[in-house]
Amino acid sequence: MSETEENEQQETGTLALDAWHRGKGARMVEFAGYWMPIHYNKETGGGIVAEHDWTRSNAGLFDVSHMGQLMVTGERAAEELEKLLPGAIATLKPGRVRYSLLLNDEGGILDDLMVTNATPWIEGDDEAGTEGHRGEPAYYLVVNGAKKWDDIAHLREHLDDDVTLTHMDDYALVALQGPNAATALNRIMRGVPEQLVFMQSLEHDFGEWPLRITRAGYTGEDGFEISVPAEFAESLCDRLCAEIEVRPAGLGARDSLRLEAGLPLYGHDMTDTVDPVSADLAFALTKKRRETGGWMGFDAVKTLMESGPKERRVGLALEGRLPAREGAEIYAGDDKVGRVTSGGFSPTLGHPIAMGYVDVAHAEAGTDLEIMVRNKRLPAKVVTLPFVSHNYHRGS
Amino acid sequence: MARYFTEEHEWIDVEGDSATVGITDYAQGQLGDIVFVELPEVGSVIDKGKDAAVVESVKAASDVYAPISGEVMESNEALEEDPALVNTSPEEAGWFFKMTIGDKSELEGLMDAKAYKSFCDSL
Repeated sequence: MSETEENEQQETGTLALDAWHRGKGARMVEFAGYWMPIHYNKETGGGIVAEHDWTRSNAGLFDVSHMGQLMVTGERAAEELEKLLPGAIATLKPGRVRYSLLLNDEGGILDDLMVTNATPWIEGDDEAGTEGHRGEPAYYLVVNGAKKWDDIAHLREHLDDDVTLTHMDDYALVALQGPNAATALNRIMRGVPEQLVFMQSLEHDFGEWPLRITRAGYTGEDGFEISVPAEFAESLCDRLCAEIEVRPAGLGARDSLRLEAGLPLYGHDMTDTVDPVSADLAFALTKKRRETGGWMGFDAVKTLMESGPKERRVGLALEGRLPAREGAEIYAGDDKVGRVTSGGFSPTLGHPIAMGYVDVAHAEAGTDLEIMVRNKRLPAKVVTLPFVSHNYHRGS
Repeated sequence: MARYFTEEHEWIDVEGDSATVGITDYAQGQLGDIVFVELPEVGSVIDKGKDAAVVESVKAASDVYAPISGEVMESNEALEEDPALVNTSPEEAGWFFKMTIGDKSELEGLMDAKAYKSFCDSL
């Protein structure tokens, strides 16, 4: 890498939709190395709470192009990914999506990610006498923006040379989220939403735009993540926002929505010193692979599963209006028993909520604890996550 | 009555020996949706430039500094019920507290409306 390129990488990057956001009066902040919209103009219905409420009742359009979109291809792609991911990849069918983790040798979480089996279907050709068949195995990974460079280095280091890792940095990623997301999308791309249930994905050519549409998200609502070549991203967003149900929503609302949905945020509710058992993410460890192992971090995680974790990620509901934020200490009587890793005011519930790590002895739902905020002890109750129930479309 | 402004985006209405303090429209716009305001206790003495109140928005907690020194005479109880008043009426119904003016000379360094406007425009 030349010196110039190194210097450029340290500057805050602009993404495909930068001008689009600014045109809509977005307040731009630096996030994961890029200028990103935290919320839109109040005069046009923006603001974190308004965007949050709109997403819960209609559909919010989020730009998440800072996230890393990676493609891992090759005959042995699944096998190689299984060396690093604790989930079953080899048995993941084409078009299916799985939540997974990258772990280090100590079982610490390096990142969380979504893996899609994106292996293409090659149509048969009667004249040539070929039948339809699956193409070269391909896995589409979406990783956290702040971790993508580390993830790429980690994957390059550990994946065999016969699989290819492509960073799709010429693609934007937008998330259309909310109970009316399917209605709005169906008006534009007729018949597409009904082909997908939660955690399914397909390729869809919309005119000249080759899209990948995945029914998933980070808000707890039904919705879609759409991967689009950067050059078409603005047109796609204009098209989506032309629907009456759809309004742009920023990172601020994305954070309050995911907190209500009980979804952990990397760098806050998960770090490389936290393991998946304590993080209450054991569901990402496919049952069979918990026994067979063969993935980085297995030994450490196996020991933890047998001995049980010391602390666990829990939800905490507070009374009143004063939020407890990241870093606040959690007490049971005089004993410090945990810490808040994410916290804020829940617009949907009208009171503060938080996630944090608490000693297992105090982690049962219903336990009364206290959180210290500016020398005041706020009563908090351990509650089952999510705070606001998920509204995923799982089909009949 | 004279209204002064600080570079920390507070406004102060001075009437005789007492003053009413709040945050400006510019400040509430920067903070976003306000969910909680922690006000100083009546009778407490606050020092210019030191913490006087805390504004919790959906995004983060922000300190509000005392624009001048003095004793808190009254705090705006309406903010307990409806902290969003700071968003909807920052420079009127969303006032924070009333205080005595300990040292009138502390007002001298503050901005008037015109100076504050050009200060905001320069940000």
